[in-house]
Amino acid sequence: MKRRFADLHLQPNLDNLEQTRAMIMKASKLGYSLVAVPLPTVSTENFAQKLRATCHEAKVDFASRLDLKPKTAKELLHQLRRFRRKVEIIAVICDSKAVARQAAKDHRVDILNFPTVDPRRRFFDKAEAELASNSLAALEIDVKPLITLKGPAKIRFISTLRREAAIAKDFHVPIVVSSGATSELFMRKPLEMAALASLFDLDKPTALNAVSKTPLTIVKRNREKLSPNFIAPGIRLVRKGSDCP
Amino acid sequence: MKAKVRRRYLALKIDSSEKFDSKEFMEAVWNTLLRLFGEYGASKAGLTLIDYDVEKGLAVIRAAHTEVEKVRAAIASITEINAKPVAVHVLTISGTLKTLRRKLRTTA
Repeated sequence: MKRRFADLHLQPNLDNLEQTRAMIMKASKLGYSLVAVPLPTVSTENFAQKLRATCHEAKVDFASRLDLKPKTAKELLHQLRRFRRKVEIIAVICDSKAVARQAAKDHRVDILNFPTVDPRRRFFDKAEAELASNSLAALEIDVKPLITLKGPAKIRFISTLRREAAIAKDFHVPIVVSSGATSELFMRKPLEMAALASLFDLDKPTALNAVSKTPLTIVKRNREKLSPNFIAPGIRLVRKGSDCP
Repeated sequence: MKAKVRRRYLALKIDSSEKFDSKEFMEAVWNTLLRLFGEYGASKAGLTLIDYDVEKGLAVIRAAHTEVEKVRAAIASITEINAKPVAVHVLTISGTLKTLRRKLRTTA
């Protein structure tokens, strides 16, 4: 069966409809079958509907995603309670260690994202990985800094990613490789993303899974959970009322 | 006995509104390869420009088959040529020029 690819982190300016549309069309042209765009916390469903229509036109599947940027662990819990059932993917932008730790151990979080390239502000260490391995959170690596940085900053960044990827592998934390693209020029084909992942020593099967199987599994799992027939993991409503013999 | 050198041909598309000549393009490819993998790594890639179409922004390059992933990573890392923003994508890869051209015709 042909492998399907997903980019879970397209970051167009949602106020610029033209750019958003162009990026979704481009994703389809580059061979992605599913894309996710972080939605704003206000009028989430409104934006989701518009993007879903554009994706339908481009013949790609759309997954709604929310990037939570809490300042404290308490704020994260509050936001998770508020938004978990509203979107298909919840990503936490980990700007502090406390938030990163809370996000890693909460099973409602799908993706851990560390936005900074500064190695001291990226909190994905062994303790974080151990917490994440017990929940369902995946580590997201954006390739945008990998193609935009130059010189010593890029060297340091690749080195940091290599360390994080090795820790994630040791603790069986799934890795998702996303573009993090803010414009069309930063978008790459899935196989190019996998090739870029080889820079931080991901082997080819893991790199390919990071752009296909892992993100698709996250979306599938959450769609099942959001379905009205879902009761608990492994338990699904198949018949109801007069349908029952 | 020395093993036969196996090669791969890569068809590339330059994604930009600007036009670049083959020299500018190859300089960008070499520079990125050199920055990412150093002189030793670049020397193993065996890069050669086979064909270049300025109007269509299409290029065909040849690389050693063992280094294809490195070349692909280097090509994906290109963000500008002559200080103008671009993205370069690999359209298809093949072991012979004949098959590459056939694949290009079918995908076009």
